Amino acid sequence: MLNLARKDLLLLAGFIIAVAAGPVIMTPLGLDYPDILQKFAIFGIFAIGFNILFGLTGYLSFGHAAFLGVGSYTAVWSFKLFSMNPLPAIIFSVILAGLFSALIGFVSLRRSGIYFSILTLAFAQMSYNLAYSVLTPITNGETGLQLEQADPRWLDTAVFGLDYGAALPSSSLFGVSMTGYPGFYFCAALLVICFYISIRIFRSPFGMVLKAVSSNQNRLNYTGINTRPYTLTAFIISGMYAGLAGGLLAVTDPLAGAERMQWTASGEVVLMTILGGTGTLLGPVLGAGIIKGAEAKLSQYNDSILTGFYDFLPETLQHAMVSISGLFVGEGWHLTLGAAFMLVVIFLPGGVMEGVRRIGRLFSKRKRGSGDAASQPAE
Amino acid sequence: MATLLDVQGVNKTFGGLKALDDVNLKVEEGSVHAIIGPNGAGKSTLLNCFVGRLKPDTGTVMFAGKSLLGILPHQINQAGVARVFQTPEIFADLTLHENVMIPTFAKTDGAFRINAWQAVSGRKDVHERADAILQDVGLYEKRNDHSGSLSRGDKRRLELAMCLVQDPKLLLLDEPTAGMSRADTNNTIDLLKKIGERGITKIIIEHDMHVVFSLADKVSVLARGHVIAEGSPDEIKGDARVQEAYLGGTHP
Repeated sequence: MLNLARKDLLLLAGFIIAVAAGPVIMTPLGLDYPDILQKFAIFGIFAIGFNILFGLTGYLSFGHAAFLGVGSYTAVWSFKLFSMNPLPAIIFSVILAGLFSALIGFVSLRRSGIYFSILTLAFAQMSYNLAYSVLTPITNGETGLQLEQADPRWLDTAVFGLDYGAALPSSSLFGVSMTGYPGFYFCAALLVICFYISIRIFRSPFGMVLKAVSSNQNRLNYTGINTRPYTLTAFIISGMYAGLAGGLLAVTDPLAGAERMQWTASGEVVLMTILGGTGTLLGPVLGAGIIKGAEAKLSQYNDSILTGFYDFLPETLQHAMVSISGLFVGEGWHLTLGAAFMLVVIFLPGGVMEGVRRIGRLFSKRKRGSGDAASQPAE
Repeated sequence: MATLLDVQGVNKTFGGLKALDDVNLKVEEGSVHAIIGPNGAGKSTLLNCFVGRLKPDTGTVMFAGKSLLGILPHQINQAGVARVFQTPEIFADLTLHENVMIPTFAKTDGAFRINAWQAVSGRKDVHERADAILQDVGLYEKRNDHSGSLSRGDKRRLELAMCLVQDPKLLLLDEPTAGMSRADTNNTIDLLKKIGERGITKIIIEHDMHVVFSLADKVSVLARGHVIAEGSPDEIKGDARVQEAYLGGTHP
């Protein structure tokens, strides 16, 4: 079914159930509100796409936020000019991000290793600066691109005769507003589709060649494979994923700012992928969830909540604990992220997925006795 | 017999050093042609001229009527030339089976194809071909192992399998037994003899006389960038110039 092996079909089914039940699963963590669930899905898509490039070919791009930004700007323009319907918006986002990544990829992929990373970083910073100041007529510079009442939206007004009145419209899919839970389920459906496409790519001859690129590019050339178009295709596909993610950010909240293209945003998706497990199917989604969840959770904490938490301690000790742990929450949650990232890279170089695999192996060993534990890598 | 590879008047200079000096070589279809010579004789330089890594200053390299000069390694492979490296070059992170499937895909699907919507498991033709070749070289039992963990001798076997699965017209072997134990060397010779039955034309670059004299139909001796002798292994064994070149004589 769906041209997948049984193992992958189960994986996909499990994934669909987990995503659909997302609001329930996240309730114990207090992360069951639509805004954060939308973020999980959107950054999950971003990381899955990034993993198609980095996880398979080993080419580490530090400029993927540029494609995210292109996707957002494109979607907002589609809202302004054509329609508040999210479908044309994300289609344009994907196409434009694809074109943009073809251009950047074509130049950057002339080099490999650290030089490739630096080239992509340079391109992304250039894009950021263009969006921030040079291309102000298109991007509205510092303020960011927003919807206005005077926008033409000619498809909505001229063809469908919609009138949004005095209020600023929000994106809606044939009458269903893309805020709140409908917005989440729209993103979730796309996440599932993106995950399915990623499984198909991983299991295809094309994906196998991409894995061989990271393993031994020299051998691949002498094996009769022209590696450049393969890496470029992978780059474009991952750029399109990023464009879709950017488009969805604009669908759920119709504005686009240049800061979305900054290098910190590019670095974030690298962290997500490595934290979750580079080159695994599920890892990047987990990594995106962990980082976005931690961000939402930890940045909520402040000194008064911490004081309550350490209530059982004597007063001096309580003050000391509050000021120490205060560094790691609120504005300082990046410190926690950095520490967690270090621990994972040092002790679990394969990311969270390697941890899952180790635990799985432990269980299967116990079940079957010693020695013949399955060494099938879980994905 | 027809000439498969025809090297005419190849010269290559690196700075002041004349690495190849008017090299002429004809490799006949179906033969095993060894190129031997002392260190620094230009053997590797010559090989690199066949595979698109170096461009000779002058001269031509014709393969089955087409020039091999100025085209890229993957194009040379697609023309039917496969290559084994001095240090086995394999995909160490992949399984043996995947290692052999990739060259098979390169053969059946060409240098580039976006077959991202196809399942590897659905390509029965490729699976069967890869399995058959792993059987032939005696690695079938290890097909699901990661190839990085293989011994040096097994890596060489795998690399040979990756070349053979493409049914090349010409197989270039660059010191196929370099750095191997005597036992591994003999195993490799046996394997090369066995695949010799397929009738693939081979060029062997080698130091080890034992390997050369057990496999080659014809031997060319390179010294200081020039072919100083050519003939059957027996003729070469008795040639005074060859002995001198190997013993480091100061021939003018």
